[in-house]
Amino acid sequence: MKVLVPIKRVIDYNVKVRVKADNSNVDLANVKMALNPFCEIAVEEAVRLKEAGTATEVIVVSIGNKSCQEQLRTALALGADRAIHIDTELTFDALNIAKLLQKIVEEEQPQLVILGKQSIDSDNNQTGQMLGALTGFSQGTFASEIKVVGEKINVTREVDSGLQTVALTLPAIVTTDLRLNEPRYASLPNIMKAKRKPLVVKLAADFGIDLTPRTQLLKVSPPKERQAGIIVESIDELVEKLRNEAKVIS
Amino acid sequence: MSILVYAEHDNSVLKADSLKTVAAAQQIGGDITILVAGHHCQSVAEQAAKVNGVTKVLVADHVAFEHQLAENISLLVTELAADYNVVMATALTTGKNFMPRVAALLDVAQISDIVAVESADTFVRPIYAGNAIATVQSLDAKKVITVRSTGFDAVATDGTAEIISLGNVTDAGISSHVNDELTVSARPDLGAARVIISGGRGMQNGENFSLLDGIADKLGAGIGASRAAVDAGFVANDMQVGQTGKIVAPDLYIAVGISGAIQHLAGMKDSKVIVAINKDPEAPIFQVADYGLVADLFEALPELESAL
Repeated sequence: MKVLVPIKRVIDYNVKVRVKADNSNVDLANVKMALNPFCEIAVEEAVRLKEAGTATEVIVVSIGNKSCQEQLRTALALGADRAIHIDTELTFDALNIAKLLQKIVEEEQPQLVILGKQSIDSDNNQTGQMLGALTGFSQGTFASEIKVVGEKINVTREVDSGLQTVALTLPAIVTTDLRLNEPRYASLPNIMKAKRKPLVVKLAADFGIDLTPRTQLLKVSPPKERQAGIIVESIDELVEKLRNEAKVIS
Repeated sequence: MSILVYAEHDNSVLKADSLKTVAAAQQIGGDITILVAGHHCQSVAEQAAKVNGVTKVLVADHVAFEHQLAENISLLVTELAADYNVVMATALTTGKNFMPRVAALLDVAQISDIVAVESADTFVRPIYAGNAIATVQSLDAKKVITVRSTGFDAVATDGTAEIISLGNVTDAGISSHVNDELTVSARPDLGAARVIISGGRGMQNGENFSLLDGIADKLGAGIGASRAAVDAGFVANDMQVGQTGKIVAPDLYIAVGISGAIQHLAGMKDSKVIVAINKDPEAPIFQVADYGLVADLFEALPELESAL
């Protein structure tokens, strides 16, 4: 079975973002970028399915400017077989991303699409589910375990009250949660090998989709900073403050 | 303006977060209808009918909706959405799961996790783990919105809305429920708790989390955890507070043995009062804490329990 893994280039999760002085957006100039952590988990899961003999081919796809080829190469070094870069200088709403991915699904006919549950920049948590609706595929979001059983896939999901397992008819969409796996590090020989793996470039504008933005970013501001409070010397002082100053306990 | 609010529930209890989603709907302004989709969920409908500011409660009671599978629910909500300008759900696991499908089926962008309403088409939402706050305008005629409940105050529950049973059944037939492993706890739900005490990597193992029990009992608190503690297997995933776990804003949040990674702060920094107990005086958690105590938690916790 073919597995498609859409991935995203985002700010490195260790970097604290700063808002631009003109409040137009966050400042990403000269900031370290990386593969979105949830996407990394998605690539790892697909590669493990291949190693287990369940998947026959792992294809990664990313939408963005030329720099996202760096993350596609990372995914190839982690074990993906080939990559598709959908080239654009624009940034899209999740809906338009899902529409482009739908075209790739039509071309590649994967049985399984694994995506990160959200990207740590826009924090939208939408693309996988939207792709599910557009393709008519079943979906298992926030996965912490997946098991392919014949024509179905069982997905254990992290939900607010614990864990829920659903059985999905293939083809299906899975979005990854943090505990699905622990991604490997790419070895140097694999990084070298990845440079020779196939990477095709397609232009977003060539897909014949109306990619008009559906939202407009009016302003980005820094959050209200909390002021650090005081250091208390003892538990007794803490309890006294909580009772009489903050009045949050009785 | 007409607004459809999806009720978050477990077929017996309407989640308190839904009252906050209705508050967000009231800020947009318009005629508000609540949809209760489930199976044997009549009691939820009765609770929803008491929610202030709601005109109608629609009930879709069918086995196809029992587990609120995204494939089936999204078809139902999309059908009903024809009659509404705005469709809203709470940004909890059910809403997050099915709403983007609704948005895609309606061919509109979704605005996720709003924390404030600026106008009927402009909303405020955190991005980058809450390190930036975006003001976003929706350009679509129909709005699909999920609401982060910490941004809104719950509406009262002394209303009397009309309950209408729906005959709609939408079964995509491509997914089924296998089983749930739900955490049974007598403690308040993290989303509703007035006080939360959370443990981090500093707790060292799962057994040590019992040190939080006595304190939680005395304060009527919910117990949470950092991602580090969940990843290390100390406690279950449903206790995780943070960017990708639960977002909470209780009156009092006590962080014990938690260093304060930005991803954790994203889940709790809107709490009214924050207490940090950590033996490392340089831990970033102290920069957001109203009251910090630099101490070994294994000494501080028993002392705190007896002082309460």
